[in-house]
Amino acid sequence: MNFSKKSPWILHYDGSSCNGCDIEVLACLTPLYDVERFGVINTGNPKHADILLITGSINEQNKSVVKQLYEQMADPKVVVAVGICAATGGIFSECYNVLGGVDRIIPVDVYVPGCAARPEAIIDGVVKALDILAERQKYARKKDK
Amino acid sequence: MKLVLNIIVIIVLAPLAGGLLTGVDRVISARMQGRKGPSVLQPFYDVLKLFQKESIEVNTMHRFFVYISLIFVIFTTVIMLLGGDILLALFALTLGSIFFVLGGYASNSPYSTIGSERELLQMMAFEPMILLTAIGLYYGDKSFFIKDIIAANVPSIVYLPGVFLGLLYILTFKLRKSPFDLSMSHHGHQEIVQGITTEYSGKDLAIIQITHWYETIIALALVYLFFAFKSPFSHIIAIFACIIAYLLEIVVDNAFARVKWQHALKSTWVVTGVLASVNLVILSFFR
Repeated sequence: MNFSKKSPWILHYDGSSCNGCDIEVLACLTPLYDVERFGVINTGNPKHADILLITGSINEQNKSVVKQLYEQMADPKVVVAVGICAATGGIFSECYNVLGGVDRIIPVDVYVPGCAARPEAIIDGVVKALDILAERQKYARKKDK
Repeated sequence: MKLVLNIIVIIVLAPLAGGLLTGVDRVISARMQGRKGPSVLQPFYDVLKLFQKESIEVNTMHRFFVYISLIFVIFTTVIMLLGGDILLALFALTLGSIFFVLGGYASNSPYSTIGSERELLQMMAFEPMILLTAIGLYYGDKSFFIKDIIAANVPSIVYLPGVFLGLLYILTFKLRKSPFDLSMSHHGHQEIVQGITTEYSGKDLAIIQITHWYETIIALALVYLFFAFKSPFSHIIAIFACIIAYLLEIVVDNAFARVKWQHALKSTWVVTGVLASVNLVILSFFR
């Protein structure tokens, strides 16, 4: 049986976000939305996480950090880009230091639109990411055999 | 033959019970915070998922220590639940914790080194009380064997109320709950990036979880010892006492913030020194 869908642990990284999306990500953990009922845990540790949730755009300062966080995560893993800044750079895309969306550095699986992305949209994005995670899990096990 | 069967039953059932308790803990904690909370089986889902994930190897010793720690903790559980020598059980348990700490040091990560140092501090805080518990039980029943202690004429709680309260105080360390969850915490998942467990992933992290389930059962078995005596009815009371002690720990966990290590160490030694030692001194006048 595949258990990755039942206990997705999330690592939340704030790129150069305006904190709008970050507050919405944290809102998912509050009693109103309570994502822990799906087994979601907000870990602070890439080695424990299954899903990398990134808010905000990539800039010269954080590109190595994002890359390293992604590399430290154990397989199978998925990446969710939350908000328009994480998707394309958004309102900051013209800035001299901004490279653009998260997909400039690491492969992104799910894009959650919005400025700021609503908690419902974020939960929806994570659920979509779970399907991809389950698919990768299956593939990884076939490769092992 | 029967002994082998008993040992197998203990090795299989103890982590199942421990995991279920953790699940109930998570649901009750969520309800206390006004949330719905995960399913009761969530800890099992977590562990099964971790078994399916990749294990990142920092170095060989780092993983090896976790498995050794598990073996010693299983050894302790078996001895305790079969009614063996409580001193042997507690020393094996300490050895298991030490191997776990060594695992934290072996990874050379600054986070897990801090976690290991804090775990050693915690052990410094609670080990005297654990030893005094064993000594107190010996004073009462003139035997270190658990099967003799639970076959006594009066329950140990009658002459060891102070020792029992001291044990309840340090149970918070053993169950890794606030205010004494300095080295690796259950709930705040971002405290010094998870202490000793920082560098563990996949299978090794799952083993750490299972070790903790065994430890939960060991901690509650110590509570059980204080209530069980000759009468068969007392064993039901002892199980209720364990449940109440665990519920109390959940309430304390949710009601208190984490304290500084200085306070954890000092307060535990004061509690140990006053409650347990005075209890034993008074007891020595009567026996």
